[in-house]
Amino acid sequence: MEQLILTILLTSVPLVFAALGELITERSGVLNLGVEGMMLMGAVSAFAAAMLTGNAYIGIIAGGMAGALTAFIFAIFVLGLATNQVATGLALTIFGTGLSGLVGAPLVGKAIEGLPQLPIPILADIPVVGALVFQHDIMAYLAVIMVALIAWFLKYTRAGLVMRAVGDNHDSAHALGYPVLFVRLIAVLFGGMMAGFGGAYLPLVLTPHWAEGMTAGRGWIALALVVFASWLPWRVFVGALIFGGITIMQLAGQARGWTTPSQILAMLPYISTIVVLVLISRNREFALANSPACLGRIFHVGK
Amino acid sequence: MKSNKLVTWIGVGLVVVIAIALLTGKQKEEEAKVAMTDKVKVGFVYLTNPGDHGWTYAHEVARQEVDAHFGDKVETSYVENVPEGPDATRVIRELAQQGNKIIFTTSFGYMDPTLKVAKEFPDVKFEHITGYKRSTNMATGNIRFYEGRYVQGVVAGMMTKSNRIGYIASFPIPEVIQGINAFAAGLREVNPNAEMSIIWVSSWYDPVKEADAAKVHIAEGADILAQHTDSPAMLQTAEKAGVFGFGQSSDMKAFAPKAQLFSSVNNWTPYYVGKIQQLMDGSWSTGEGPDHWAGNTWKGMADDYLVLTPFENMPADVAAKAQEAADKIKGGMNIFTGPLKDNEGNTVIGAGEALDDGGLWGMNYYLEGVLGKIPG
Repeated sequence: MEQLILTILLTSVPLVFAALGELITERSGVLNLGVEGMMLMGAVSAFAAAMLTGNAYIGIIAGGMAGALTAFIFAIFVLGLATNQVATGLALTIFGTGLSGLVGAPLVGKAIEGLPQLPIPILADIPVVGALVFQHDIMAYLAVIMVALIAWFLKYTRAGLVMRAVGDNHDSAHALGYPVLFVRLIAVLFGGMMAGFGGAYLPLVLTPHWAEGMTAGRGWIALALVVFASWLPWRVFVGALIFGGITIMQLAGQARGWTTPSQILAMLPYISTIVVLVLISRNREFALANSPACLGRIFHVGK
Repeated sequence: MKSNKLVTWIGVGLVVVIAIALLTGKQKEEEAKVAMTDKVKVGFVYLTNPGDHGWTYAHEVARQEVDAHFGDKVETSYVENVPEGPDATRVIRELAQQGNKIIFTTSFGYMDPTLKVAKEFPDVKFEHITGYKRSTNMATGNIRFYEGRYVQGVVAGMMTKSNRIGYIASFPIPEVIQGINAFAAGLREVNPNAEMSIIWVSSWYDPVKEADAAKVHIAEGADILAQHTDSPAMLQTAEKAGVFGFGQSSDMKAFAPKAQLFSSVNNWTPYYVGKIQQLMDGSWSTGEGPDHWAGNTWKGMADDYLVLTPFENMPADVAAKAQEAADKIKGGMNIFTGPLKDNEGNTVIGAGEALDDGGLWGMNYYLEGVLGKIPG
């Protein structure tokens, strides 16, 4: 059981990173559908960097940078040229998927040394909790720290307030003198970097290999998670754990000989995400409470 | 505005120029190909790329040995990373159009695309790997992979301490079911208490899912793992966790030196060389009848189509028993010899009966020792 919980925790980490990044991006008013492509770019870069330098930590940095660079391309179009955010995001996903496949083709079949576990000295020895919570790699710790950091940022800092203002009403924010496009640029780059980290976690910790399309739709799940969590960081964390949990439990169910066909079990994580989303959205007021009012709308200076 | 129009026209112009350049480049390439000598051109379609160190790697190794064997008389080419489906139809058609006289399509999912293109090119021979549809110019080739799995079952049965085997399977197609049942037959032969648990990952190559499945198996108590998928992820997870496993399609020892017990390696060379030689002699044929059964090549360990890597990480008596089983199979033993029961208690192979090829294709049950039901 302990092993299963551990696996669930690890599986949730990429989702937490990608969803947190997308949360910031969407809070600033930009809808970035390119998360899947950015995760893949992060994954392939992290793997390549770790393989070439022999150092998995450099892989983390490379993964974040690749995600941010891909997001920068997205920003050029969406913020610089005011293109439609949905279309551009989808295009970036296809681009990221294809480019990562191309770059990663010579890497298939190779293996790397993943990130080492970093047990926290005294806490790791606590009977049950110690092994589950305090014996992870650095990125897993970072994921939890980021949840707290982003929650604090959004609620208690001036910069967070400005960003939320930009996301809720970009015209008013502009009238007040806030640099709307610059704020959004920072948010988009941050989102891309986090997606890159999320993607990097796959080859650095979960399985030390590269496979084309290895994120297998996690970017899309992250997008759904942000909405499912009403744009609140702690809820994103819980949502990621639930999705990761269902993914692993369906494998465990198969291993235990459940007679439900495996194809249906494999659908469960995605179906449950849809069900939760539908349930949440049925109360319009609750759903709209935290959503950025200007999400996906193009900002024109001096309209 | 004027400058916007100019930009648009420049963009259109660029696209047209690039398109023309690409198209004419391709034409020149094809003309050059047709003008070449009377070598027999052989085409291969790969599902993944040879770097997968597994399924496609084995095909690529054989293709290179074909090159070495026939030298100047044959010219081989391959297309890799071809997804199963409409893309495959396009690729196979292109290979036929490029003058290839015999085309090997190396994955089960290429079955219908190959059949389609075979109808369009009656003069080209098609060999579909692991399929069951044939026609006058389309044959099938297969290896009795399940024989290796019987030996795996024997080793697993003797080495397991928890009596639980974790099996990672891809899709519920006949080949995979045969593998599971062969493993179960070998397992129960030496250990009537051991059980196999199956996780379906719905993919031939997905390291993340395979690693997850391996971790779940280990969490559920399995101490020996087996896979019918192509990546080394399962073995690496096994190595980290201190359990054992079997490699798939090629020797995966480099990825898991302490965990790999042995690997079944596919040897396609005699099959490729034989078929190409038949083409050159004019004796290639799929025979008569709607089933064209004569066009099916299905050989195994006895003909060295399946080769087992050296037995490692196991005690000497286990290795000896494994070798004994392997030798028996090489000597012609049919591993599905009755009496054998399915996991619901029914006798599916009677006493004194041995399953023939038709029975192998029609396997829709799990033998005793396997938990659960075949999905779908």
